[in-house]
Amino acid sequence: MELCNCIDPQWPAEELLMRYQYISDFFIALAYFSIPLELIYFVKKSAVFPYKWVLVQFGAFIVLCGATHLISLWTFTTHTRTVAMVMTTAKVFTAVVSCATALMLVHIIPDLLSVKTRELFLKNKAAELDREMGRIRTQEETGRHVRMLTHEIRSTLDRHTILKTTLIELGRTLDLEECALWMPTRTGLELQLSYTLRQQNPVGYTVPIHLPVINQVFSSNRAVKVSPNSPVARLRPHAGKFLSGEVVAVRVPLLHLSNFQIYDWPEVSTRNYALMVLMLPSDSARQWHAHELELVEVVADQVAVALSHAAILEESMRARDLLMEQNVALDLARREAETAICARNDFLAVMNHEMRTPMHAIIALSSLLQETELTAEQRLMVETILKSSNLLSTLINDVLDLSRLEDGNLQLDASIFNLHDVFREVISLIKPVLSVKKLPLSVHLSPDLPVYAIGDEKRLMQTILNVVGNAVKFSKEGSICITAVVAKPESFRDDRVPEFLPVPSDDHFYLRVQVKDSGSGINPQDIPNLFTKFAQSQPLATRNAGGSGLGLAICKRFVNLMGGQIWIESEGIGKGCTATFIVKLGIPDRKNESKPPFVPKLPGNNGLTDFAGLKVLVMDDNGVSRTVTKGLLVHLGCDIATASSSEECLRIVSHEHKVVFMDVCTSMDGYEVAMRINEKFKKRQDRPLIVALTGNTNKLVKENCMRVGMDGLILKPVSVDKMRGVLLELLEHRVLFETV
Amino acid sequence: MTMDVMQLQRKFSEHQSALYREGFLDDQFTQLQKLQDESSPDFVIEVVTMYFDDSENLLNKMARVLEQNPVDYKQVDAHVHQYKGSSASIGAARVKNICATFRTFCEAQNLEGCVRCLQQLQHEYSLLKNNLQYLFRLQREIQAAGGKIPTLE
Repeated sequence: MELCNCIDPQWPAEELLMRYQYISDFFIALAYFSIPLELIYFVKKSAVFPYKWVLVQFGAFIVLCGATHLISLWTFTTHTRTVAMVMTTAKVFTAVVSCATALMLVHIIPDLLSVKTRELFLKNKAAELDREMGRIRTQEETGRHVRMLTHEIRSTLDRHTILKTTLIELGRTLDLEECALWMPTRTGLELQLSYTLRQQNPVGYTVPIHLPVINQVFSSNRAVKVSPNSPVARLRPHAGKFLSGEVVAVRVPLLHLSNFQIYDWPEVSTRNYALMVLMLPSDSARQWHAHELELVEVVADQVAVALSHAAILEESMRARDLLMEQNVALDLARREAETAICARNDFLAVMNHEMRTPMHAIIALSSLLQETELTAEQRLMVETILKSSNLLSTLINDVLDLSRLEDGNLQLDASIFNLHDVFREVISLIKPVLSVKKLPLSVHLSPDLPVYAIGDEKRLMQTILNVVGNAVKFSKEGSICITAVVAKPESFRDDRVPEFLPVPSDDHFYLRVQVKDSGSGINPQDIPNLFTKFAQSQPLATRNAGGSGLGLAICKRFVNLMGGQIWIESEGIGKGCTATFIVKLGIPDRKNESKPPFVPKLPGNNGLTDFAGLKVLVMDDNGVSRTVTKGLLVHLGCDIATASSSEECLRIVSHEHKVVFMDVCTSMDGYEVAMRINEKFKKRQDRPLIVALTGNTNKLVKENCMRVGMDGLILKPVSVDKMRGVLLELLEHRVLFETV
Repeated sequence: MTMDVMQLQRKFSEHQSALYREGFLDDQFTQLQKLQDESSPDFVIEVVTMYFDDSENLLNKMARVLEQNPVDYKQVDAHVHQYKGSSASIGAARVKNICATFRTFCEAQNLEGCVRCLQQLQHEYSLLKNNLQYLFRLQREIQAAGGKIPTLE
């Protein structure tokens, strides 16, 4: 027993047990050997495995364990020492490796575990991202729906279409059972069901606006869930069996042009809201999702904008229609006014003539009557008739003048007249009254006052007469003094009318006439009213009721038209009165003859008969001019002879020719011919009148003509009318020199 | 009155107005037209024809004198003066104005200016002649169709 290394196999007693152990060991070894193989195989297959060293270690551990078990197979039966040695070695190694592995695993396993946690984390993250994706996609869907809805809504400017489209599109997008819009009534106290999706014609169903649920919705710009039982949601009979679908309401701001403020919209400006109510289908167990609510809010805003556009458009259309109406009305009014003015002008024109004609007859015949033999009584009567009719005539003239003046139709004449004569005439007209009233009159005409002036003689005289007449009329005693001077710029500063600063120039001057009387005077307070038509100052007793009150008004108009000013000063009642006016008159041409320059006078009739058979000789070496002049004279009925040279002229001329027209443009021949003709006809009566025709506006020509004894000078071009006037003047005065 | 006559009258009026507007004719021409009546129905045409002959005559004379060497400016001036007078008589405004310029060049004895003026004169004259001849043709056509010659407003 001591030396024998072999162990007696205790086969028969524990043979079964031994056998089982044997088999188990075998399988364990097999398993142990196959695990690393599997590991190696699968690790080789996988791409990622960070712990190769661990694998090796683990592999070694397993292999050694397997080896141990394998070797123990041999130890069941008697085994040699070698086997025991191998077994021991194997066991030692296994022990070493397994301890190492155990130590290693302390580090490795937490790592492996954390890998697991990370994996879990990543999975969660992925799930979350998936959910996000889903959300984004739904949002995008919503966005698309909104855009589409908005597009539909904004594609029209008609209120009803907008609202109807909104409901339809919302119903479609969100798959609603019912969608309704409640609009505020005119009174603003109720909401009326205006549009619904399913019902074609909503009955005029109203709810009061101050319900708590409505206030709740109106106070927020979000979509608010409301109970299906609230009055705004009870739109149709309860159709579903179990549950009505969820209801959401949102406010829709309604814009009014009057309270639109661009920076505060919509919080402050809009007071009016409409209510949009949306119902999900009943019995569907659907719920309002956040993105759907968002969609509803956005749509509500868009609808508000679209409605505001429609409202603005309506307003502007209405304004435009109004303007057009006004335009038409104004046009009509204008046309009516024009017709009225035309009618008035026609009336005036007719009345002008109609009124003056009888007046003229009365005055003329009365004055004729005055000339005849009359008894004193009759004379008195006739004088009264004459005075009254003169007064009436003046009144008619004044009224007609004034209405023409007011129109602005009146245009002053502008012709040359004798200024001194005007004053003389006025004085001679007023003298009778002066002598009757025994009022002395003094007239001072300044020495530098031009004799001739250009202006409206008649109206100037009318003005002076009126002013002087007033002075005479309202003076019972004292004297009248008339002064007329050429106004100098320095003297203007003294005058009461400081704004008026006229500047005389080379072709016009300012005439200043002052009429001072020492009569009844005027109250300074009444002075502004003097020039107002039809206004008479109060103390009528001190004035005889003469004058219509128009006189001064007309004078003022005339004076203003003449570019001047008129004013009256008075110290007060009983202190006399000074009337002054300044008017602008033109200065006639300085190169004036003592006679006024030639202005062709047009006779009443065409005057062809006046020159019938008048023998005239035309001398002109220019064929064309000659023919033209001849044609002119022939047209006027003259008997024309022509000469194209001076010799021919001298040959033809005879005492039968009354006028010789001579063209002196070309040569000195003309003057010589004139001298020869003068010599030829000794007696002046036989001699034809020699008139030069020239286009040359030269003083020299004129002097030459006069020197050689010509009777006239006419400037070319000559019109028919001018020629007619020339002939008339020549035959009448036998001389005619046109001013060059 | 047929449409043709009215069309002719319209053309006549337009052409006449255009001539005045463009300054070819002035008031003197109107005066000439006034002299036309039953006793002298073609007065204007006669005068104008005379003017055309006169113009051509004078223009030729002017050209010949200007070609000479040395140039007799006094003679040129005399011709231009004549032509100016004729043009003024019938109301050929543009021609008359060029004549005035021509005379100043003659006084200044500026040959180049004179030649240029002569060319202008010839040009203006031919323009005027064409225009007036067209006008007279229209006038004859209207008269032949029995219409009335429209007067210038």
